[in-house]
Amino acid sequence: MSEVATTMLSAEQRKRARNVGIGMIVLGVVVAVFFTRNPGDAGFVLSPDFTLIIPSQQFAQVLAVALVGAGAFQLYRGWGKAASVLLAVGTALFVISFLAWAASGGSFNFTGMLQDTVARSVPITLGAVAGLLCERSGVINIAIEGQLLAAAFTGSIVGSILNPWMGIVGAILTGMALGALLAVFAIKYQVDQVIVGFAINFLALGLTSFVGQRVLTENPEYNFLKPFLPVEIPLLSDIPVLGPALFIQNPFVYFSYAIVIASTWWLFRTRWGLRTRAIGEYPKAAGSLGVDVLRLRYRNLIIGGAVAGLGGAWWPVGAVGRFDENITGGRGFIALAAVIFGRWHPVGAFSAALVFTLAEAIRLKLSNLNTGIPSEFLLSAPYIVTLIVVAGFVGQSRAPKSVGQPYNEQ
Amino acid sequence: MPRWFDALGSRLNRINSVVLTLLAIVSALIVGVFVIVLSDVEAMQSGDFGTAFSEVANAYKALVTGSVGSLRAISETINNSTPFIITGVSVAVAFRAGLFNIGATGQMIAGGTTATWVGFAMDGPGFIQIPLALLAGVVGGALFGAIPGVLKARTGAHEVITTIMLNYIASFMLLWLLTTDLFQRPERTDPISKFVSEASRLPQVFGFLEGRADLTAHSGIVLALLTVVLFWWFLERSKMGFEFRAFGMNADAAEYAGMRAKRLTVLGMVVAGGVAGLAGAVEILGRYGYATQSFAGTIGFDAIAIALLGRSTPLGTLLAALLFGALQSGGRTMQATTDVPIDLIVVLRALIVMFIAAPLLVKAIWRVKSAEVTTGQTFKGWGS
Repeated sequence: MSEVATTMLSAEQRKRARNVGIGMIVLGVVVAVFFTRNPGDAGFVLSPDFTLIIPSQQFAQVLAVALVGAGAFQLYRGWGKAASVLLAVGTALFVISFLAWAASGGSFNFTGMLQDTVARSVPITLGAVAGLLCERSGVINIAIEGQLLAAAFTGSIVGSILNPWMGIVGAILTGMALGALLAVFAIKYQVDQVIVGFAINFLALGLTSFVGQRVLTENPEYNFLKPFLPVEIPLLSDIPVLGPALFIQNPFVYFSYAIVIASTWWLFRTRWGLRTRAIGEYPKAAGSLGVDVLRLRYRNLIIGGAVAGLGGAWWPVGAVGRFDENITGGRGFIALAAVIFGRWHPVGAFSAALVFTLAEAIRLKLSNLNTGIPSEFLLSAPYIVTLIVVAGFVGQSRAPKSVGQPYNEQ
Repeated sequence: MPRWFDALGSRLNRINSVVLTLLAIVSALIVGVFVIVLSDVEAMQSGDFGTAFSEVANAYKALVTGSVGSLRAISETINNSTPFIITGVSVAVAFRAGLFNIGATGQMIAGGTTATWVGFAMDGPGFIQIPLALLAGVVGGALFGAIPGVLKARTGAHEVITTIMLNYIASFMLLWLLTTDLFQRPERTDPISKFVSEASRLPQVFGFLEGRADLTAHSGIVLALLTVVLFWWFLERSKMGFEFRAFGMNADAAEYAGMRAKRLTVLGMVVAGGVAGLAGAVEILGRYGYATQSFAGTIGFDAIAIALLGRSTPLGTLLAALLFGALQSGGRTMQATTDVPIDLIVVLRALIVMFIAAPLLVKAIWRVKSAEVTTGQTFKGWGS
């Protein structure tokens, strides 16, 4: 019986398998039509003394044939479990082929691009971890954007007046305060969680712009600090390509690794995490077993706020050294998308953030390469990629069951 | 129980919600006083709060005079409220169908773009041009709204995420179009569109007054009010409106009753997109006469607060939009005549929304004892 069950595919699975096959063929056709046009070699600078030369035309031709072939086999017989791996590898090669096409006849710093990708992922990753901590405990946090923005604001002021480390502390406290505000409204007053989340976003935007204009424009010394410099981790940074990309980085990147690892362990390996997941799925059952649902939600929302606060500190302390009006520019909403695309898992959220920031880093590189693609298309690329990725993969993820519903203690 | 008793009860209840709304606005204004005073660095350093408080008085006075204090102020308020009303209806109609339309900005851009194109590419008398351009705006917005609808129906991708992404995409696509020969004004190098033809411009409201060129209010307000009436009719009298409401209240029950969820999801986003597209067309044909990348501003975003504030009812949305429009024009006067930046308006709006969303809090602050307050959730889960 069980053998039959494993070999028989449901209609849903068959549809997915077919889509994967079609996706591969589409990628292959795009490669064949567009990326085979530029003759000439592309140099991928991997390290100061090694440049990988990729003949862009030949690379694209081979890749196109391979992708179409793999897609056709998927439709005809099916690769089975290897299909998603193949699709991932195919997509990665697709991106490389695209870069080779764009850079043919020249060269660009590939490792630097990856470094940039990881560095930019910090606020999105931390915002997404903040979001998923709240959602795992059953409260939707639309206010990530506001938490990041307000934290960036206080982070800059406190960091300028005292020192950058205190700026981080100030940012974290700000995030916690907004997390507590969200908690009071959502849990105690049972306000519509989306309304209060949006109101917090507006409040953060309004307050930071208002106070910024009234105070910071006249006192620029309150808004000027030396951001952290990259720190090299010995040994690990010697790994080719990935070493510099992952381990010659701003301390904030290491903070975000730590948060991702710690929150994963915390969610899936501790009693607290188990209870958190329980109250996000079925709070009544957890409550009847003696879990204090409301208290745990308060706690997790404030912790989530702290994580978002650290993410907000990235702008003044980790990157630009000051606060500007609306400096977060919608990154909190990208983080919200990363929560879903990352399937409410910290590692998934980190990967989702990397997808977005890779598209952004490629965009920045391409604007120097003069490809003839209108810059507006490149600017919208990260958002298009996120849209496709969310639409393509969201079907497989499942939200915590009771997210968005207030809990009444009887 | 006699019927008049019930009627009286519900009437008292309604007054109660009006009182709560007013109290929420007053609470927000009081918090605003603290925000202004505490951000006054000089007063904080010298300890002289007298001037700080007089600044508050001046700022709030400017808010009132700048929004309703003169014919010119009213004209500005009309112009500011018009897009708020229409986009507010767009978000509200989606809410009623259980959908969260964050994409009014993108849909407005799409509708404004198509309306601009009709406005400058075609040449005809006003009675053809204006309806045609408005229709183009509705169609543009509806098509752009259809994208998140179809994505949700087919793949389950939540509209909160997809509409946010589509806002950015719309904005960049408009920026690109504004640099193409088709759209760009020939003598300009910056991204700005050609002027729409004079015949496509919406007539001025105060056009009958001689020598008052400063009264720029355009008749888009009439379209906005019509949109509200249509919204009411749609919800209360039409079959599709009934389906929207049923689907929005309880999607499972609606499906069980034979309504098709996927169809309603797509239709809901199409209708919301079409309404937001109309707002884009009205802004172009009424206010600007040409398109720039930022013509939609943050209106589509403010519309969310408006719909939430108006509880997604036609009348509530209209009143909330008028309040937001008045704050907008009052805020501009405030910024011009006092040291208080217009961003105070964003703070006030957020506070008003918060206080109105939390009637229990307002009741606790003001020690009002009254009938029960309802709390509901707009969010229906991520749906996967």
